[in-house]
Amino acid sequence: MTYLAKPRLHHPTLAKNKVGYTRRDYEGKISTLCAGCGHDSISAAIVQACWELNIEPHRVAKLSGIGCSSKTPDYFLGNSHGFNSVHGRMPSVLTGANLANRDLIYMGVSGDGDSASIGLGQFAHCMRRGVNMVYIVENNGVYGLTKGQFSATADKGSKSKRGVVNTEEPIDMIGLALLLGATFVARSFSGDKRQLVPLIEAAIEHRGAAFIDVISPCVAFNNHPGSTRSYDYVREHNEAVNRLDVITGREEITADYAPGEVTEITQHDGSVLRLRKLASDYDATDHVKVMHYLQQRAAAGEVVTGLLYLDPNAADLHSYLNTVDTPLNQLTERELCPRAVTLDRINASLR
Amino acid sequence: MKQLQAINDFVVKFSNVNGSGSASANELFARAILRMGVPVSPRNIFPSNIQGLPTWYEVRINESGYQGRRGGVDLMVAMNPQTWDADLKEIESGGYLFYDSSKPLPKSKFRDDVNVVGMPLTEICNATYSDPRQRQLFKNIIYVGALSALLEIDAGEIEKLFSEQYKGKEALLQSNIKALRLGRDYALQHFTCPAGLRVKRSSNVGNKVFIDGNSATALGAVYGGATVCAWYPITPSSSLAEAFIRYCQKLRVDPASGKNRYAIIQAEDELASIGIAIGANWNGARAFTATSGPGISLMTEFIGLAYFAEIPVVIIDVQRGGPSTGMPTRTQQSDLLSCAYASHGDTKHVLLFPEDPAECFELAAQAFELADRLQTPVFVMSDLDIGMNSRLCNPLQWDDTRAYDRGKVMTYAELEAGKDFGRYLDVDGDGIAYRTYPGTHPTRGAYFTRGTTKDRYARYSETGPDYVDNVQRLLRKFETAKTLVPKPLLYPADKPARFGAIFYGSTSPAMQEALDVLAGRGIHINALRVRGFPFQDEIADFVASHPWVFVVEQNRDAQLKTLLVNETKINASRLISVLHYDGTPITARFIVDQIAQHAGARTVVPLKKVAS
Repeated sequence: MTYLAKPRLHHPTLAKNKVGYTRRDYEGKISTLCAGCGHDSISAAIVQACWELNIEPHRVAKLSGIGCSSKTPDYFLGNSHGFNSVHGRMPSVLTGANLANRDLIYMGVSGDGDSASIGLGQFAHCMRRGVNMVYIVENNGVYGLTKGQFSATADKGSKSKRGVVNTEEPIDMIGLALLLGATFVARSFSGDKRQLVPLIEAAIEHRGAAFIDVISPCVAFNNHPGSTRSYDYVREHNEAVNRLDVITGREEITADYAPGEVTEITQHDGSVLRLRKLASDYDATDHVKVMHYLQQRAAAGEVVTGLLYLDPNAADLHSYLNTVDTPLNQLTERELCPRAVTLDRINASLR
Repeated sequence: MKQLQAINDFVVKFSNVNGSGSASANELFARAILRMGVPVSPRNIFPSNIQGLPTWYEVRINESGYQGRRGGVDLMVAMNPQTWDADLKEIESGGYLFYDSSKPLPKSKFRDDVNVVGMPLTEICNATYSDPRQRQLFKNIIYVGALSALLEIDAGEIEKLFSEQYKGKEALLQSNIKALRLGRDYALQHFTCPAGLRVKRSSNVGNKVFIDGNSATALGAVYGGATVCAWYPITPSSSLAEAFIRYCQKLRVDPASGKNRYAIIQAEDELASIGIAIGANWNGARAFTATSGPGISLMTEFIGLAYFAEIPVVIIDVQRGGPSTGMPTRTQQSDLLSCAYASHGDTKHVLLFPEDPAECFELAAQAFELADRLQTPVFVMSDLDIGMNSRLCNPLQWDDTRAYDRGKVMTYAELEAGKDFGRYLDVDGDGIAYRTYPGTHPTRGAYFTRGTTKDRYARYSETGPDYVDNVQRLLRKFETAKTLVPKPLLYPADKPARFGAIFYGSTSPAMQEALDVLAGRGIHINALRVRGFPFQDEIADFVASHPWVFVVEQNRDAQLKTLLVNETKINASRLISVLHYDGTPITARFIVDQIAQHAGARTVVPLKKVAS
C-alpha cells in the first residue's frame, strides 16, 4: 500500500461515460492491501465495469463480510454506500438491503474464508433464494489477514507457505452455486482483466443471483511453489470455456476477439451476452451438462473459467415475493398504516 | 360431601392429549363465557410435541376481571388417563371431577373429597359416529355441551359462535350443533344441573377484546410500518411471524397492482434473520425479527454490530424458560440481562416490557419509532404467557394523525444545500447523528458502515481519542433513550404504605390481584410497573422513598433487580426479590404468600428499638 493520497483533480481530457463520470469517479480510497494483491485487480475490474455500463456510482450498494477481500469495497466506488458487516454474514445483510430498495445494484464482495467456511450457510441460502445481486468471491485459498492458514477452498495436497500439506477436501464454490440454484455462475482469474470485466458487467445486468468465483492469488501467503492458487499455477492450468462480450441496449462494449463460434444470449433486461466458445460443445445454458463438464475438467486438474452457466430468464426474490415496484423504503404511513377504522373492525372481530 | 359453590369465580382445567383436537373445543368454552359478559383468562399448558403427550387448558373465570393464573383447580375435565393421578391431586377439596366413565375405574382412583361427574363419552361417540376421526373430534364438543349444562353456560352463545365460525359451511355447522346438544341433553338428564359452579350473565367484559400477544405484536408491527420481517421458527415466537404474514396478506396488498407492500423471509437461522433485518433497516425500511432466548444467543454478534454501527432494528423476544433449550413451552422472564447487554464489548440496549396484548400492540409500534429515532436495536420483551395465550385486554388503539418518525435522516435537498454530513457527528448534543440512505445523492452523503472503530466522519480509525469520543457519544445517546422509552406506571396504595413493589411484563395481572388481596389483609403497598430500559430517575426515586421494595419477577437470578442495581444509584439492601421460575405463570397466591411473609418479618419492631 502507499501513504500518498490520491489526487483530487482529474486530468481534463479524461474520457467521460454517458452519465458524465470519468473512470476516476468510480475509484475509492487507496487500497491498504499488499502490493500485487489479486484483490486490487478485481477492484479495478469492478471500477471498469461500472464505468463502462454507465452506472451512477451512488446507485450501487457494496456489501462485504470480514477479511482481506471484505475490506476492498472501501477501495472502489467511493460515492457508493458500503457496508462491512460481520464475518460470513454479508449475504443476509445484502438480502435485507435488497428487500428494502429493489432499485439499487447490489455488489456483495466476499472471500473464501468468509463464504466457504463461516458463511457457507448464508452463501447457500442467498443463492437458492435468488437475491438479485453480484456475488464475488475473491478466492485465494488462504486466510490472509490472519497470516496464512488454509481456507476451505484450498486444494487437497496443496502446500502452505510454511510447508504444511492440506489434507482436507476443498469446497467447490462453483459446484455449490450450481446445485443451489444460482442463475449466473462464472469463474475468472484476477490476472485476466479482459475476461473478468465483461463477466462482472454481465453479472450486473443479470437479474437474480449472479455468482463469480475469482481466483485471486495472495502474494503474501499463497503464491509459492506447491500452491494451487499462485499466479503461475493458475496461468498454467486456466482453461477458459468462452470469451464474453456484453452488449447493453445502448452500445457494444468490447469486441476485440478473433472470430470463433459465437452464441448470443439475451438476458431479461434486454442486454445481449455474446459468447465466443473456446471449448467445443460447451453450452452455458444446459445446467446438467455444465455440471458434468466441470466435474470432468476438475478431475483433469484444470481450472475452468468463463461464463459457466446462465439462465437468461431467471427471476429474483422480489418476483417470488411479489413485492410492489416502489422500493419498500419509500413507502410511508399513507401506504403502510391501515387506519384506525380498520383497527376498530379488527377489535370487533376479537369479541 | 362439601360442594364448592361459586358464581363467576372459579377455575376449570381441561386435561387432554395433544393432537386430539381439544384446543378449539376448549377455546369455544372460554369464548362462550366471554360472550356472556364474564371475564375469563385461559392458558395453554402444552408440551414441546405434536401428538400424544399431555396438554392442559386452564380457564380462570373471574367476574372481577383478574387475569393472572389463580392456582388450584375447581373443576377438572380429565380426558387424559396418562395424567389422571396428578390431575386428581390438583383439585381443590370440594371441587369437581368430570371424566369419561366409559370404562370403569377402581374406587382407589378417586378422592373422597371431590365430587365426581362421570359421563360415558367414548360410549356415546361410538354409538353416534362410525368415523374414528369424528368420534375423537366430536367427543370434545360433546363434553363442552355437557359442561354448558353443568355450569349454566348459555348454549345459544355457543351455537352463535359455531355459526360465525362455520359461516357458509352448513354441514359442519349442523354436525357441531348436534354434538353440542347431544352432550348438553345427556347432562341435563343424568346430572344435577347446575352444579355448584355457575356462570351468570354479567357485563364486565365491556368493550374489551380477546387476543393473544403474538397476534397483537404482529399487528403493532403492521401499524408501526414494518415492511421487512425475517424470522426462524422457534417456540413461542413462531405464531408472531405467522400472524404478521396473515395480517400483511389482509392489510398490506396494494389494491391497484395486487402486489405486496411487505417482504417476509423465513430465514435459514436466527443469524440470517437478524442480518436481513439489519440490512433492510440500514437501507431505510423498517424491519424486525421475532425470536426467543436461544435465538437471542445466536444473534448477539449482529446485535453488537447494530449497536456500534448504529443501525435501527426491532427484535421481539417472546421469552421462554432457559437456559439452553430449557423449557421451550413454558414461560419465564429470563432474557433481561442477555438482551440488555447483548454482544461482546461495552454494549447496552433499549428494552420494552409489555404487560398484555394491548401493550404488545402499542409497544411493538413504538419500538420502530424508537429504533429509528435512536438508531439502535430495540427489544420488545414479551413472553410465552402473554404471547401464546388469548387474553382479555383493552381494545387496540391507533391515532390516525400519527406520522412515522424516521429519525435523523439527511435528505437529498439537505446534502445538495451543502449541510455538513458526518455519519457519527453529534450535531444536536443528544448523541444521535444523522444518517443517509444509500442512493440518496450522487456525490454527497455516501459513507462506509462498519463494525470497526471510526471517527465522526465514518473514517476507519483505531486511535484512542476517536474511539473514546465515539463510545462516549453512545452513552449520551443512551441518556437520550431514557427520555423516550415509556415511563414506569405508579399504582399507589389507598393508604400510606411502607412497602413498595416493582414488577413488569406478564407479572402484571397476578400482581394487581395480589396488591388487592394484600391490602385486604392490611398490607399496603405502592407498586411501580417498569415499562422500559434504560431506567428513568422515577424508579430510583420510588425505591428511595420506601424502606423496602419488593422486586417481583419470573426468573431465578433476579435479573431486573440486578439491572436496577447496576444501572442506577439504588441502595440494593432495600430490595427484596420475589422470584417465581418453575415455568408456570406467576400467581397472585404466590406473590401474596411471599410478600406477606417478608412483610410480617419486617413489621416486627426490633428489640433494640423497643429498649431505646
